[in-house]
Amino acid sequence: MEEKLSFEYAPAPESRALVTIKPKYGHFIGGKFVAGSKHFPTINPATEEVLSQISLAGKTDVDAAVKAARKAYTITWSKMSGKERGKYLFRIARIMQEHSREFAVLETLDNGKPIRESRDVDIPLAAAHFFYHAGWADKLEYAGLGTTPKAHGVAGQIIPWNFPLLMLAWKVAPALAAGNTVVLKPAETTSLTALLFAEVCQQAELPAGVVNIVTGDGSTGALIVNHPGIDKIAFTGSTEVGKIIARAVAPTNKSVTLELGGKAANIIFEDAAIDESIEGIVNGIFFNQGHVCCAGSRLILQESVAEEVIEKLKNRMAKIRVGDPMDKNTDLGAINSNDQLLKIRELSAAGDTEGAQRWSAPCELPGKGFWFAPTIFTGVTQAHRIAREEIFGPVLSVLTFRTPQEAIDKANNTPFGLSAGIWSEKGSKVLWASQQLRAGVIWTNTFNKFDPTSPFGGYKESGWGREGGRHGLSAYLKGVSHE
Amino acid sequence: MSNRIDVKKTYKLFINGAFPRTESGRTYEVKNAKGVFIANPCLASRKDLKDAVVAARAAQHGWNKATTYNKGQILYRLAEMLEGRRAQFVDEIVTVTGVSKAKAEKEVTDSVDRLVWYAGWTDKISSLSGALNPVAGPYYNFTIPESMGVIAAIAPETPSLLGLIDSIAPIIVGGNTVVVLASTKAPLSAMSFAEVIATSDVPAGVINILTGKKDEITPWMASHMDIDGLDISGLGAKKHSDVKTSGSENLKRIYSFKSADPGRILAFMENKTVWHPIGL
Repeated sequence: MEEKLSFEYAPAPESRALVTIKPKYGHFIGGKFVAGSKHFPTINPATEEVLSQISLAGKTDVDAAVKAARKAYTITWSKMSGKERGKYLFRIARIMQEHSREFAVLETLDNGKPIRESRDVDIPLAAAHFFYHAGWADKLEYAGLGTTPKAHGVAGQIIPWNFPLLMLAWKVAPALAAGNTVVLKPAETTSLTALLFAEVCQQAELPAGVVNIVTGDGSTGALIVNHPGIDKIAFTGSTEVGKIIARAVAPTNKSVTLELGGKAANIIFEDAAIDESIEGIVNGIFFNQGHVCCAGSRLILQESVAEEVIEKLKNRMAKIRVGDPMDKNTDLGAINSNDQLLKIRELSAAGDTEGAQRWSAPCELPGKGFWFAPTIFTGVTQAHRIAREEIFGPVLSVLTFRTPQEAIDKANNTPFGLSAGIWSEKGSKVLWASQQLRAGVIWTNTFNKFDPTSPFGGYKESGWGREGGRHGLSAYLKGVSHE
Repeated sequence: MSNRIDVKKTYKLFINGAFPRTESGRTYEVKNAKGVFIANPCLASRKDLKDAVVAARAAQHGWNKATTYNKGQILYRLAEMLEGRRAQFVDEIVTVTGVSKAKAEKEVTDSVDRLVWYAGWTDKISSLSGALNPVAGPYYNFTIPESMGVIAAIAPETPSLLGLIDSIAPIIVGGNTVVVLASTKAPLSAMSFAEVIATSDVPAGVINILTGKKDEITPWMASHMDIDGLDISGLGAKKHSDVKTSGSENLKRIYSFKSADPGRILAFMENKTVWHPIGL
């Protein structure tokens, strides 16, 4: 299928005028911005332009944040009725909606993701999470955890750089609804929308200390995890760090939830609607540059349709528009950091070395910034590193199967268990496969869909607990019999 | 009766539906409260644990696939078989622990009733904990609890029978298979309960019972990479930290429980969310 037609897209850049980035930021502690002592730059990964200087929180800052959170919990938040707490959350949701374009532009500048995604996915979903959880605040006794479920107290929350504001919402909204106060640390490379969120808290007149935001790197995260004044840890990030956290809290009474890595299988059966599944494959691995823990990074194709799918997929990949994240036409933006780019290159090189065949979309990459073309590897075996390790980039590993059971066996052959995709037009087969797959989220004839009402989280080494829905809420409440 | 020489029972392990001796060839002495010798149960080894986990893993898929109705009937069958052998269990508990007959009878009665209670949960826990999620879009979206896999458990020292039931039943209600380490001081009712299991249509490998020392077996349970979860209710609080540290290697779900409630079943179940588009 040689494509003869070609469409040129005129540039359609989103305006930056909406955002004001300060040259330097402090931490948000006890309702106020306080200056930090040490700073590090945050850059636009699409241009390498330095956007601002971010404070690196040390022990004193984390201590102050935990103290403010404890005080707010004891004096204000734990005494307030659920009805009133909920109203603050509704306010936050509304103010986020009012600032939605500003948030989207800031997210895209700091993260490198296409404005189309930050505008249409990240920010609306973040607001939706606050709106959803707001309604829980005065209904906790109906959450199935007994008649008097109690908050943990102070929650320490550490979030990743792939969906900065959305991950903040996944963490902060249920914590506050359940009656906890929080100390949150955004990822080192993407602090700006969390700091703008602090201003939203101020506009919402949220009581001082209910939300505290400290910026920094892994060392700041470790201070939070190990802080004796924190009752609950919630972390989203790599399985490697997740295990370190699990070890660190083992001697303590801290409650922990972890959302970790994945290596999702996206299974295409021969009776799938092929053109729809091509869109699903592209969405599964190239959404957000593949910086998605639940990305469909292992394409598992039935042999009888493998050739057809790969040809159509390459044809489709050649049309992915890679480039300026601020352009409204862009499909694939910048890799979030140089470190991440090096990791993607290293694992892709291992794919070459181990004998898989690489094909990359013939696209022009900008000269500055961090970029990686949409890439697939065919001829991948289960032993290859690119079939086993999370690449966290726009790189798809293709494996094949003959029988449905072989597809399931290959899909489940991983210590991860976060998500999986199934494509087939046969209902009974879809339900059979969704039963067999050992993963917490199963997308059938769709992929990468998220909703605040829908519990999300992993089996096995993909984590502990769920986020979203009634199940996610329970992570922020005591009242279950086990500890 | 008084002139007759008793035929004493050799207490062995229960692995994969059979009663093997420990591969280590070791035993330890169980004495009653007054220090009188009663029996030589097996001192299970790391290899016995490994064998039990292999059996539990092999049995898990089939047990999980059994209908909830079928699972419920098998759990109820355990209660039926235990009821029919009340006298033996009362006798063993009295002999080993020295408690009054009335107290032992209460424990056996509670054990039977507890099994009946768990039997009724198999076909209800999903509708209690599952959800149809009203997502903002044209998708049918539901969340259901599913089995977690192979779960290990450390039964409490006392009550040795009721504690064992609470260590086993909630785990298998959820479609998991279990490897349980029985009470060290009072392991006889556990090994007699294995005979109840063997006559209750519980598929081989679904329940595996070891006897031995907690300090020896627990660290191997914690570090075993093919064990998905661990119930440490029977382990002293001081040991929890070490077990949790070691268990973090494969992010085992590790819990201890204070009561029998649905949360105890759900602790060793995973929630799966399934999305499907709605449209023509």
